[in-house]
Amino acid sequence: MLAGHRTWVFDQKPVIISTGTVGGPFEANGMLANDFDLLHSDLWLKQDTYEQAHRVLFEEACQKAMEKGGLRKEQVQFLLGGDLINQMTPTSFASGTLGTPYLGLFGACSTSMEGLALGAYIVNTKGAKYLLTGASSHNAAVEKQFRYPTEYGAQKPPTSQWTVTGAGAALLSDEGEGPHVTSATIGRVVDMGLTDPLNMGGAMAPAAVDTIEAHLRERNLDPSYYDLIVTGDLGRVGHEVSLDLLKKHGTPIQEEQYKDCGLMIYREGQPVLAGASGPGCSATVVYGHLLNRMKKGEFKRMLVVATGALLSPLSFQQGETIPCIAHAVSIEYGGE
Amino acid sequence: MSNNQKKELTPVQQEYQVLQKERETKRPVARNCIKAFFIGGLICLIGQAIQFFYIFFFNFTEQTASHPTVGTLIFIAMLLTGFGVYDRLAQFAGAGSAVPITGFGNAVISAAIEHRTEGFVLGVGGNMFKLAGSVILFGVFSAFVVATIKTILIQWGGF
Repeated sequence: MLAGHRTWVFDQKPVIISTGTVGGPFEANGMLANDFDLLHSDLWLKQDTYEQAHRVLFEEACQKAMEKGGLRKEQVQFLLGGDLINQMTPTSFASGTLGTPYLGLFGACSTSMEGLALGAYIVNTKGAKYLLTGASSHNAAVEKQFRYPTEYGAQKPPTSQWTVTGAGAALLSDEGEGPHVTSATIGRVVDMGLTDPLNMGGAMAPAAVDTIEAHLRERNLDPSYYDLIVTGDLGRVGHEVSLDLLKKHGTPIQEEQYKDCGLMIYREGQPVLAGASGPGCSATVVYGHLLNRMKKGEFKRMLVVATGALLSPLSFQQGETIPCIAHAVSIEYGGE
Repeated sequence: MSNNQKKELTPVQQEYQVLQKERETKRPVARNCIKAFFIGGLICLIGQAIQFFYIFFFNFTEQTASHPTVGTLIFIAMLLTGFGVYDRLAQFAGAGSAVPITGFGNAVISAAIEHRTEGFVLGVGGNMFKLAGSVILFGVFSAFVVATIKTILIQWGGF
């Protein structure tokens, strides 16, 4: 089970039997619109507040996953999830609606893989037969939380990123048809002393590199074992910096196999500056686009490294640096 | 205040920050300045036109026309903010749309819209001046300091 210090190898190979992904209007105009199960044309989702809309996003993603997996909510034993809003109310309130036993997770934008790693662990040890895990974010709700009012005219620097409005959920089981979760490496907090909250990619890149290297070392693998190593939301800056760091440390990673979810979801010309971010970013891209491609047989093994910046608006105003984390989960489908 | 400078960075952190700095997309400062100059100038030009309008068509003097002019500009900024245009203009114009009075109006109105869902008293009322509050505070304070200096110089300096 435990390989090295912080990698779990799942010998029962938990299966992702189905997923649900929901997006907002901005995502509907993006590159991956066809990979969403449900797209909304309105940022409010017919709710009175953005926070309620955020909650509905997560509810719908969970319901879609259960519907596609052919399960009723009573059959799902646990729900693991989280978001970025104060005290995680959107996810907690959504869990209240679903009525599933629930554990709230906070890993900022790394929540998706934190949940998948823990979920796979629980299923692997027969702690659950069916388990839901997911993450979500809502652009306007998160901007309100972390930055200025949405309509405030502040010029964003080219390093800043666009928070995804979306939710992704995956239904895990110990048997069934679908991609397998084979291993997970838990990240540690890496703080390189950066303080600019409008350059998250630059702050998070070392955490991603640390986790990727730990994963390869502890599983004794070469990067070429994976067809795709995909980071969560490093954006343009973080992607380049992390690639530089990996090369500098002598990890033989190829540029073609190293991608970033934050650079996939939107198309050229959308005003997203350095790319996408938010817990919903890696959740929707991995559970939607990447697993769809995997099922089509485009690739067999991927390592998802979701990165998160563990800051708060308060810690940033008090001049604290930005601690970051990354969790890696390997997903395999087909092949041996 | 930031205590970042006081914190000792380890050599690894320093090395990484140098590497990161090289890769970081830079703000196009010169281009931003030019855009700010022209958009800021355009807003002032519109303001000037409104002022002339009030002087020629209503009985305002150059002094008294400034009040309705400012009011009109803020009203336009309010509409643009409400329709979601002002923040897009600001992404292009930067300081050009932030420095004129319209930017101040935008700061107040955007905060009011943002916190509408939290109710009128605790939401709108409590948060409306979240951004503009410090502008008002330090504006009034610096006016007080300057006025004090002026008073001292006139009273005791014999100017």
